[in-house]
Amino acid sequence: MESTIFRFVLRYSRKEQILLLLMTFSAFPFLYVSLDLPKTIINEAIAGKEFPQDLLGQSLDQVPYLMTLCGVFLVLVFINGGFKYAINVYRGVVGERMLRRLRYQLFERVLRFPMPQFRKLSQGEIVSVITSETEEIGGYIGDSVALPAFQGGTLITILVFMFVQDPVLGTAAIALYPLQAWLIPKFQRRVNELKKERVLKVRKLSERIGEVVGSVRDVHSNDTSQYELADYSQRIGEIFYIRFEIYRQKFLIKFLNNFIAQITPFFFYSIGGYLVIHGDLSFGALVAVLAAYKDLSAPWKELLNYYQIKEDARIKYDLLLEIFEPPGLLDERLLSEDPERSPALEGPLIVSNVDLSDSDGTRTFAGSVTCSLDLPCTVALLGPEGSGKHRLGEAIAGITRPASGSIAIAGLDLLRAPEAITGRRIAHVGQQPVIRSGTLRENLCYGLLHRPGQVPEHGSEEEQARRERERRETVLSGNSPYDPAADWVDYAAAGVEGPEALTARALEVLTVVNMEHDVYELGLQGRIDPERHPDLVERVLAAREELRARLEDPTLRKLVEPFDLERYNTNMSVAENLLFGAPRHPGFEVEQLPRNDDVMAVLREFRLERDFLDIGRKVAAVMLDLFAGVEPGSPLFEQFSFISADDLPVFRGLLSRGEGRDAGELSEDDRRLLLSLPFKLVVARHRLGLVDESVQRRIVEARQVLVQRFGDEGDGIEPFERGHVNSAVSIQDNILFGRLAYGRARSAAQVGALMGDVVEKLGLRAALMEVGLDFNVGIGGSRLSTSQRQKLAIARAVLKQPDLLVLDEATGALDGASQDAITRNLFEEFRSRSLFWLLHRPVLASDFDHVIVMGDGKVVEQGEFDELTRAGGPLAQLVAAGHA
Amino acid sequence: MDLKTETDALRKVPMLAKLDPSKLKLLAFTSQLLTFDDQEILFEQGDPSDSTYLVMRGDVEVLAGSGEDVVVAGVLGANELVGEMGVLANAPRSATIRAHGQVVALRIEADMFLDLLAENPSAALDVMRQLSGKLARSHKQFEQLQAEVHRMRSLRHDRKPG
Repeated sequence: MESTIFRFVLRYSRKEQILLLLMTFSAFPFLYVSLDLPKTIINEAIAGKEFPQDLLGQSLDQVPYLMTLCGVFLVLVFINGGFKYAINVYRGVVGERMLRRLRYQLFERVLRFPMPQFRKLSQGEIVSVITSETEEIGGYIGDSVALPAFQGGTLITILVFMFVQDPVLGTAAIALYPLQAWLIPKFQRRVNELKKERVLKVRKLSERIGEVVGSVRDVHSNDTSQYELADYSQRIGEIFYIRFEIYRQKFLIKFLNNFIAQITPFFFYSIGGYLVIHGDLSFGALVAVLAAYKDLSAPWKELLNYYQIKEDARIKYDLLLEIFEPPGLLDERLLSEDPERSPALEGPLIVSNVDLSDSDGTRTFAGSVTCSLDLPCTVALLGPEGSGKHRLGEAIAGITRPASGSIAIAGLDLLRAPEAITGRRIAHVGQQPVIRSGTLRENLCYGLLHRPGQVPEHGSEEEQARRERERRETVLSGNSPYDPAADWVDYAAAGVEGPEALTARALEVLTVVNMEHDVYELGLQGRIDPERHPDLVERVLAAREELRARLEDPTLRKLVEPFDLERYNTNMSVAENLLFGAPRHPGFEVEQLPRNDDVMAVLREFRLERDFLDIGRKVAAVMLDLFAGVEPGSPLFEQFSFISADDLPVFRGLLSRGEGRDAGELSEDDRRLLLSLPFKLVVARHRLGLVDESVQRRIVEARQVLVQRFGDEGDGIEPFERGHVNSAVSIQDNILFGRLAYGRARSAAQVGALMGDVVEKLGLRAALMEVGLDFNVGIGGSRLSTSQRQKLAIARAVLKQPDLLVLDEATGALDGASQDAITRNLFEEFRSRSLFWLLHRPVLASDFDHVIVMGDGKVVEQGEFDELTRAGGPLAQLVAAGHA
Repeated sequence: MDLKTETDALRKVPMLAKLDPSKLKLLAFTSQLLTFDDQEILFEQGDPSDSTYLVMRGDVEVLAGSGEDVVVAGVLGANELVGEMGVLANAPRSATIRAHGQVVALRIEADMFLDLLAENPSAALDVMRQLSGKLARSHKQFEQLQAEVHRMRSLRHDRKPG
């Protein structure tokens, strides 16, 4: 990167800055004329005596002459304003474009950082630098040339004007400038130091926040929240004092500047007045000079402001360079190069004198790695922690690039090969894989997003024009030329033709990592998107009918209570019975129903409101009775009570208020409270006997009306209809189309097995797995289990079909059976390719062609497992220790 | 069946008889009423003791032994508690329980059951008494059986020379 901010500005925005300058300079003549005109108006038009005057060949009387001049003045005001506007807008564009470029360059550098840099630099710091610190730099860049040129030019124009009126007055105007020029930088230097300190403190603060967020579990499990808060207070306190000091200094500078500026008119009044009295200066000229002097303070202030912003930006840029210019930054070529041909990584692998130490000396090893192998083969890489085995794995995979030594496969130097080769031909799976937010499918395909392919068709011409504009702007900012909306998936790398084949292959790979059942389950929990999977709709409906037919069996019938528009379902809550569908709007959620006027109106139509109020009172009474003696923090409230511990007293008050009174006399709030209770009742489960048959019958009648009124597309309810799928509930619920009957101990398992049969019979499994692929894994894969995350990471690596797969204890979180199965499958999958496996159980090494044992950064032993164990060397010890 | 019936049934259990009626109601409310078909297993020997069952209707068989040698060691009927020993001892199920004919039983969560007893010392004392009684009876049975075994052995022994 450029060594100073000025060089950065010059290099990337020279043309724009010149254009800005030209715009600025062409504004000055108009500015000068607009300064001069008032004098003419006063001296010649108002105070003048010789009329008619000649103006551009027209002879004019006094009043028309005055009006014409005033008209010209008005036009000049517009012209000056127009210039200012155009310059400001363009300045903003230039600044933003440069900010975009700077942010791009910084992020590009982050991607080129050598690994050790990430041990020194926290995520929080990087985020804070790229997002907030650059902001002010960008603001400055737009102003960097044009603002001093414009304001300085304005200042000079005004000064020239003054000198032309009277050299003495002109001198008076600038008499104190030397003093200011000497004094202000002195104060500014102190401000600069403070600003530097502030930037560093804020970075540390970001780092700290990131750290606490990342370790929030430890905060809770160790009761350290108060310590963290105190530490945080201390840090923001320090920043407070720095900022406070900056303000003081800054305003001191402003004060000095203003004070000196205020003194100058003293010279005008005294010297100028003297000259006018003696007739050496016209009255009009003095007025014009005074008016001009008033205009002088604005550019002067702007220049001072500019000076402060400039200093600020300079410091920030310097501080930014400190972390974005680390030693060992990867060559840009390694990331961008895209060789036409990349040969399969087969043949001799020769590692010679590879030093695994950190380039900055934070971790050093005594030895260096030298070994050779013939690929394809399977290699077990072993060694105690700290032996450098993880580093060797990363070096082979191109994640780290050791500074000395070489790793070559069939003559291709991996340490100097572009990532287009190492990142596609080699895959690496670590112990704690990072899963990205998005769907399972997106995560699986992440290893295939190398270069953009087909750009999607953009519908309208307008849309195309917009994209073209955006593309040009991207080029102007020096950003990535690629379109992220393109199809980036490298189908050829996965060995498939297109998206459909890729899905099929992805499902195969999921079998390899033993994850297919997980994905099937996720698919069952998924929703049907009729637009995405139109064929699925029919098949789910078929499965629903098939399951229903099977449930006709007298031994199975009692397991499920199917949905039936005409019947009350005792295994659904009152609310569900009423809506008979899934809420599409929040207003139809159970908690909101008492406030939903539409629903309440229907309840009244069927004389249900009174019943609900009565049931509500009874439920409240039961809950008060049952839970009065339960500790407020007890989990029983959460699990069983209709009323939270906090609300118990509220309901107690409500019941005593309403005692002996008709429910109709209750206040609106009380009624709502009571009405919230019956909606949650599930007849079969709660066994309170409060929802009698008459109420059930009327609920079923009310349901018909509700579904009719609010069951259309876009309305509040998505009804359960036998001939339609419901996209608001899971596929599993859609197939079941009913509720598991309460009171059967093993119904869930039995019905699950039955559903599995139906899915299998109808060939629905693959389709469900496709839905499972669309499951959103959450931030960092948080909605997956640890073992699912590991499996997913392995699957991702397998899908891209590397010639060489490096597994760094990548199955550690899996249970023994899954580990064995996955190991078997991977050996089969990589039969004619290479596997490098860093094993957490040394005994497993017996299955590999070759074993390498590491110790203190070098190979201490290598060969075949049997040979080495017989020799009784380091491997034998590791195996023995592993058994202990 | 409703909450009141279940509460009444709970009250008839000697171990719980001393408990506050509202506590019993809460116990009933937080428990699951389950139906089992003939021959359906309530729980297997060796399963974790996560709950105890109150038989409301029908009979259950206590199965002892394993594999081929399973024998019905006893039958329990309505208003009897099943599986409470495992819950109290925090030990796995000591026997398998199977429904004999259709059975309706109330499944009481172990935590609820234990919390309730722990909250109420006099009930806990009652439990102790009953368990001691149960133990004494078992002990007596054991002695009787031992005497029986002894007698049979000596019989065989007597016969041997002849």
